Amino acid sequence: MTGLIQSGFGLLAAVQEGVPIRPEAASSIAEGVDRLHFFLTALTLFFTALIFTIIFYFMVKYRRRSEDDQPAETGQNLPLELTWTLVPTVLAAFVFIWSSSLYFRNSRPPEASTEIFVIGKQWMWHLQHPEGPREINELHVPVNIPIKLTMTSEDVIHDFYIPAFRVKKDAVPGRYTSLWFQATKTGVYHLFCAQYCGADHAEMIGWVYVMSQADYAAWLSGGARNESMAQIGERLFNQLGCVTCHVADGTGRGPSLAGLYGKPEKLRSGEMRLVDEALIRQAIVNPNSILLPNYPPIMPTFQGQVNEEQVLQLIAYVKSLGSEERKLKAK
Amino acid sequence: MAAHPVHPPGFAHQFEDMEQQREAGSLGMWVFLVTEIMFFGGMFASYTVYRALHLPAFETGSRLLNVRLGALNTAVLIASSLTMALAIHAAQVGKRKSTIIFYLLLTMLLGATFLGVKFTFEWHQDWMEGLIPGLNWAYSGPYALQVQMFFCFYFFMTGLHALHMVVGIGILTVLVVMSARGRFNDQYYAPLEITGLYWHFVDIVWIYLFPLLYLIGGRYALGGH
Amino acid sequence: MSTTVQTIHDEAPAEASRVHYLNASYGVKSWLLTTDHKRIALLYLVSITLMFFVGGAFAVLMRLHLVEPQGALVEPDTYNKLFTLHGILMIFFFLIPSIPATLGNFLVPMMVGARDLAFPKLNLLSWYVYMVGAILALYSTVAGGVDTGWTFYPPYSSTYSHTQVLPVAVGVFVMGFSSILTGLNFVVTIHKMRAPGLTWFRFPLFLWAIYATSIIMILGTPVVAITIFLLGLERILHVGIFDPTIGGDPVLFQHMFWFYSHPAVYIMVLPGMGVMSELITCFSRKRIFGYGFVAFSSMAIAVISFLVWGHHMFVTGQSIYAGLIFSVLSFLVAIPSAIKVFNWMATIYKGSISYQAPMLYALGFIGLFTMGGLTGLFLASLATDVHLNGTYFIVAHFHYIMVGGTVMAYLGGIHFWWPKITGRMYPDGWARFAALVIFVGFNLTFFPQFMLGYLGMPRRYAVYPAEFQVLNVMSSAGASILGVGYLIPLIYLAWSMRYGPPAGPNPWRAKGLEWETPSPPPTENFEEIPVVTTDAYDYANVGVTRG
Repeated sequence: MTGLIQSGFGLLAAVQEGVPIRPEAASSIAEGVDRLHFFLTALTLFFTALIFTIIFYFMVKYRRRSEDDQPAETGQNLPLELTWTLVPTVLAAFVFIWSSSLYFRNSRPPEASTEIFVIGKQWMWHLQHPEGPREINELHVPVNIPIKLTMTSEDVIHDFYIPAFRVKKDAVPGRYTSLWFQATKTGVYHLFCAQYCGADHAEMIGWVYVMSQADYAAWLSGGARNESMAQIGERLFNQLGCVTCHVADGTGRGPSLAGLYGKPEKLRSGEMRLVDEALIRQAIVNPNSILLPNYPPIMPTFQGQVNEEQVLQLIAYVKSLGSEERKLKAK
Repeated sequence: MAAHPVHPPGFAHQFEDMEQQREAGSLGMWVFLVTEIMFFGGMFASYTVYRALHLPAFETGSRLLNVRLGALNTAVLIASSLTMALAIHAAQVGKRKSTIIFYLLLTMLLGATFLGVKFTFEWHQDWMEGLIPGLNWAYSGPYALQVQMFFCFYFFMTGLHALHMVVGIGILTVLVVMSARGRFNDQYYAPLEITGLYWHFVDIVWIYLFPLLYLIGGRYALGGH
Repeated sequence: MSTTVQTIHDEAPAEASRVHYLNASYGVKSWLLTTDHKRIALLYLVSITLMFFVGGAFAVLMRLHLVEPQGALVEPDTYNKLFTLHGILMIFFFLIPSIPATLGNFLVPMMVGARDLAFPKLNLLSWYVYMVGAILALYSTVAGGVDTGWTFYPPYSSTYSHTQVLPVAVGVFVMGFSSILTGLNFVVTIHKMRAPGLTWFRFPLFLWAIYATSIIMILGTPVVAITIFLLGLERILHVGIFDPTIGGDPVLFQHMFWFYSHPAVYIMVLPGMGVMSELITCFSRKRIFGYGFVAFSSMAIAVISFLVWGHHMFVTGQSIYAGLIFSVLSFLVAIPSAIKVFNWMATIYKGSISYQAPMLYALGFIGLFTMGGLTGLFLASLATDVHLNGTYFIVAHFHYIMVGGTVMAYLGGIHFWWPKITGRMYPDGWARFAALVIFVGFNLTFFPQFMLGYLGMPRRYAVYPAEFQVLNVMSSAGASILGVGYLIPLIYLAWSMRYGPPAGPNPWRAKGLEWETPSPPPTENFEEIPVVTTDAYDYANVGVTRG
């Protein structure tokens, strides 16, 4: 009952003082999530109020009038039991189906998403646009374009959370996770870390700037250094000596990487693995765990020599390598 | 206090009679063994997950273990379960206490043999080869990092098992003392039975561990590599 | 239920000369070496009350700190230790043992009509094991604290945290065995030591609840023990089980941890539901409605609870399909709880209701547990959980169930059985007042947190954006009221042990074997083991014994 009164006052206060009861709805999925949330809120308040009301009613109507009161037995009632089993089950099924279909749609990035990379690190967010700009604790994105964030962590588990977009996903060390959103309103929105990660977890916050597409294009091309991720990756590829073994025409001690990305590759054990970001990362930090049929396992590990940001830059470079050279090579 | 029938020695007064006490003791041990299944089960589950994720590495690691010693130990443990059962049987049919003690001591000896083979041969060998993660890990062949994880599980699981064996041998010592004092006869041998349950359980855990760790390393695959 | 005649003759001996379990022997040794389940229950009562107030003190400090967006009281490092230890102490050292180890230990033998539990010495051992765990946890508190969160997620807890993780991990590991021993004892007692005539469907629903709880304790606790054991080994030996840099999987820890910790929340709430069935029937003076449904609901909750752990991990990057399965099962687990609530309400219907403190706590439980349970639907639902996970919504949800549910049920049960346990009545006026203060304080503390969560305020934040301050201040105001509310029973219950009026065998005119013994009961509970001929809650039958 008190909860009900609380929420009533809360709403009144909200109306009076402009204190929001929900964050801004600034993404394509926000309204859908809010609708489900408000339905569940109404359901919760309704049943809570109903139960409290019935309890109050019983408390008054059936209060003990004398010490020797002896209430009659109420027998068992199977139809009643089945009804109040079935009704919650049906409600639960309804909510499950609604929520799951919403979740399915919200979890699959559209084909033409712009990809941005996120690395969580105690206690800040590094964001890397493929075209080059890097940000710390800030993310500039264009409005009305689907954006896919590919994320990892340098150290512990973090969580990337933008309340206004209703999106959240853990950034887990050792693997890539992803989320997508499409911002629908320009503006500035909170960015939080939502998985406790140590001393300054509460400081690992920032802002998301949603800009018009023209403003975003201008922002992308402005600024001091404009090396794309792939260009930085190529520089690293040479600096770290990768190029000595991974010769483009396949004559080196290691395989050529041209056109490798996105294709299946057969390992020594016979297993087929798709060459995606995760496999390339694994090859860089733990090469000993991927054995190829025609090459000896002599690649040294680069764990500790490259951070996650550099791994992503190297991957961007590998992705950029075309397949012409590969076709030239026989077999 | 109302008069109650004279109860045999070893009777615990929260129970109504020896029958209830025996049943409760037996059920208690079974419930305890269920918790042990869940305890080891947690490790078996994570081992299974990692094996699925890193199959070649785990097969490599498995082949670094000594199957002969593992098989010998398996035989030793199975024999010890036999001697334990014989000890219980001896009590059941009213044999002399020296018979019971003989079989209990034999069980302890076989258990100690198991531990001796494990510690002084297998683990010592692993130490010499630099295969102890966290202490002297020196393996640098293919899949080195995941082979280290295999050995983590090898030592944790067999170590936990060995700890249970040590506790078991301790309990058997107590039973030997109790037998020597003539506590067991064909009417009362519940502690022997209950300990037998525990001992057989520890044996069964090993019978799962042995193939999981030693045998499925692809070493016996047809035309295997 | 009919019993043999002896206990009725014992109705009115002079208190001073009657021997019962409290005065049967004196001295510290007689308490520390007791095997009497009733004394062991009191040993637990003292220990968990201490841990409750230590954990509660940390909560008060947290809420005082959070009145200011930049933090009003402590450094972030200290705040992180406060919420970690609040969680660890409250969950492992208060909530999990609470009802089973105090009320369960006291009542289970009496309710089955036995003289003690199946394994009294194991029962005493379980208390000592608990104390070792508690001392380790308190040691780590004073030796610098722990800052990993009670969930101990690696890699932070295994590699990055420089706090007293190991002692507290060992403490939790050890405490798990206390839980296992308690559960084992209850299962064997209920199976093997029921009095003649007491069939499974005749005994009180409190026993069904305790039985279901014990199943969870037995099956779940060993898994978290192994998980913490592996975490500890990783921390000491720097080997990777969960360390991604050597191919370990930090998310595997989460799977194993939640495999126990989700059923654990049912360890915490099921006994409270058991207490509910006892309180509602007594204070409505009516047989429970739908005995079979309530009993089977307890078992269904225990079984399904093991299948839903993944709902804590919807945003870890697990597959969408895994999410779907865990989501549908999480909706399913809510249904038996709903069935229970409806059955309790049908029990009150057309009853004869009185409002002593136990009933007020019971009614509060029904309302607050309903709200807490319904907010669980927001979290079982995948689309909304993405937004709400890791925020204050979660904090509010579980506090509604743990505090609005379990703690209210615990207090209701303590008040209900207090006259049986101590032989004294407490002042009911003060008790009702305290119940009201607790109810108001609780709602003011936690309702605003639902709103904070939806607005996006993450949990475990030592500082927060200024726009969240109003709701935080409301919550902290509620917390101070709640804190006062908890202190009041401490005072009058302690007072009653010395100055409360003597209570007879059955001051509430309740039905149940425990009410057919004197208050306090003799050490062996029953002169002669009773023979049971009626069902539970036989309130239509005007009782044989009178209070």
